[in-house]
Amino acid sequence: MSEYAIKASSLSRNFGEIKAIQELDLEVEKGRIYGFLGPNGCGKTTAIRLLTGLLKPSSGEIEVLGFTLPKDAEKLRLRIGYMTQKFSLYDDLTVKENLQFIAKIYGLSGQTKKRRVDELIDLYGLEEKYSQLAGSMSGGQRQRLGLAAATLHKPELLFLDEPTSAVDPENRRDFWEKLFDLCDQGATILVSTHYMDEAERCHKLAILETGIKRADGSPEILMREMGASVVEVAASDLRQLKQDLLHLPQVITAAQLGARLRVLVKDSVADPLGFLRQQKNIQPDDILTQVRPSLEDVFVTCTGEGRL
Amino acid sequence: MNGLSRIQAIFGKELLQLKRDKMTFGMVIMIPLIQLLLFGFAINTNVRHIPVGLVDHSQTGLSRILVQTISATQVVEFSEHYINVEDAEAAIARAEIRAVLVIPQDVSQRLARHQTAGFGSPPASDEETSRPVAQWIVDGSDTMIAGAIKSLRNMPLAELLNKPVNRSTPTFEVALLYNPEQRTAVNVVPGLIGIILTMTMIMFTSAAIVRERERGNLEMLITTPVRSIELMLGKIIPYIFIGAIQVSIILGLGHLVFNVPMNGSLGQLAGATLLFIIASLVLGLVISTIAKNQLQATQMTIFVLLPSILLSGFMFPYDGMPDIAQYIAEILPATHFMRLVRGVILRDVAIIDMRHDLIWLTLFSVVGLAVASFRFKKNLD
Ligand SMILES: Nc1ncnc2c1ncn2[C@@H]1O[C@H](COP(=O)(O)OP(=O)(O)OP(=O)(O)O)[C@@H](O)[C@H]1O
Ligand SMILES: [Mg+2]
Repeated sequence: MSEYAIKASSLSRNFGEIKAIQELDLEVEKGRIYGFLGPNGCGKTTAIRLLTGLLKPSSGEIEVLGFTLPKDAEKLRLRIGYMTQKFSLYDDLTVKENLQFIAKIYGLSGQTKKRRVDELIDLYGLEEKYSQLAGSMSGGQRQRLGLAAATLHKPELLFLDEPTSAVDPENRRDFWEKLFDLCDQGATILVSTHYMDEAERCHKLAILETGIKRADGSPEILMREMGASVVEVAASDLRQLKQDLLHLPQVITAAQLGARLRVLVKDSVADPLGFLRQQKNIQPDDILTQVRPSLEDVFVTCTGEGRL
Repeated sequence: MNGLSRIQAIFGKELLQLKRDKMTFGMVIMIPLIQLLLFGFAINTNVRHIPVGLVDHSQTGLSRILVQTISATQVVEFSEHYINVEDAEAAIARAEIRAVLVIPQDVSQRLARHQTAGFGSPPASDEETSRPVAQWIVDGSDTMIAGAIKSLRNMPLAELLNKPVNRSTPTFEVALLYNPEQRTAVNVVPGLIGIILTMTMIMFTSAAIVRERERGNLEMLITTPVRSIELMLGKIIPYIFIGAIQVSIILGLGHLVFNVPMNGSLGQLAGATLLFIIASLVLGLVISTIAKNQLQATQMTIFVLLPSILLSGFMFPYDGMPDIAQYIAEILPATHFMRLVRGVILRDVAIIDMRHDLIWLTLFSVVGLAVASFRFKKNLD
């Protein structure tokens, strides 16, 4: 048995002219939470659909739980769970009916079915919504129902496509607690998101942009090996300062955060504080501090215009 | 074993959704009810009360009696009077009337010499005496109406002149075995079962897969272990019951309101109907795997529905259609069902004696189900 739940190499998928995924290499270890981080349209959903066998790759190899896709997609069905980005349970069925339906589809019956459905309803706090139509629930409640349905048959590999896009921060925290619980029980989870704080919770993540993987690794390593230092400048005319600094080739980006300017300076500059001090627009009484990089800084340095 | 429970799961889910969809549920009852009453009363091949005009150049007592005699047949109804033929023809063009009777000035003389009225004198052979009594100018575009008025051509006029009717011996004697009173409803109501089932059954299932796709449920469904054939079967079984309900409504109401006889056995009828319902549902499923959205599914349903109404023998006798139309009709399940259902209800045949139609319906269902399951790929490509 390999230690990887998912292995993909030079995976590509085109939709006509659109290159949704390009030459993606991926290795997801078992028992870990792996994140896909990227903006709208970067190919997160397409990648997940390829890895669940719903789409056929234009080229490249995929191996999931030891099965080769798309050939053996059917054999995977009992072992993976998939929570789609768009709510895909039935709006016109109640919470209970939806879960019972899924349970029957996965071959549970009688007492086993009843016990499992009750267990999930309890676990995901859906007791009050027991007999409410799914279509009339709030976004967060629906998301919890979706997770309950995707985990009903206790899959060893779980795909979650932007599971928390409609969830408030508090519920998001609870949601992630559930994910870590599942992970502790041995499940491997692949989750896509465009929230930095969520991406930071993953054991490992891949940053995607226009179908291309720009970086991957654990958040700590990504931040440590970002290839740039972060300096925060507290000055008076931040807008002008930002314009001037952006002209320097050594500066990747500068973004205003309230009364401070967060400046990313390339690692080729050995002493970023000294370097900025020398700039003519920086006044002697301006405060410069070097700070710990965040995942957002990593994201900025490896995507878009500022890419190193 | 698991397959069976998955079919059951889909089946149960469909029932729940159907129960919540009040509109569709209402249609299940209302479509057969309303269509039956509408068609039962409206479709009538015995044409009556055609609105016609009158141009009376003679204005005599005799011409008035002539008009009354014609009215008494109830085929036409004189609604307008015109001074001259031009005005009357204009009225035909405006579709105010469908035909006009032109009575010439010398109607009395013509009548006197007419053979059916004949005053004892032998039928004349010369030009003058053989002239018709009056003239009909007819809007010939509707052949049914034109035909009805043509049937007045040889109307006997003896009664008109208080002469004893001299009955002539017909060339043929016609004995009517079924439907002796020649009521159209007796033929239309059983046929209507076929049409209504074609419409509702194909409509329900043609939307079945498309709807799941449009609402996004399909993406979830195809990541589960459910197989195509299980999904297909689970989706059509609930509608078999719906079809049975509809047939009961049509037959019950047909019997009560239109006095349609039930000459055959109910068991035979149930057998034929079940086969036809399954064939129609399967056809709907095939459409469902081809259509990209619900609009396309509806369009394809109508594409099948129209020939089913026109070519199946529901509207026009199958045997009277040109060869090419007959070939097309043979493909449609409705044609075969039309024969079976009329056979059982009106003529009390055993369906096993109509093997050809049974075999076709069965074959159609099996092949259709295979095509639908094959076409339904468990992926999003
Ligand atoms: N079925 C399809 N046909 C054509 N193009 C598609 C199809 N699915 C995705 N694409 C294209 O592929 C690209 C990636 O789309 P994808 O849905 O994977 O993005 P995403 O990262 O999931 O975005 P989001 O965050 O908005 O969900 C987009 O440019 C999209 O237009
Ligand atoms: Mg997406």
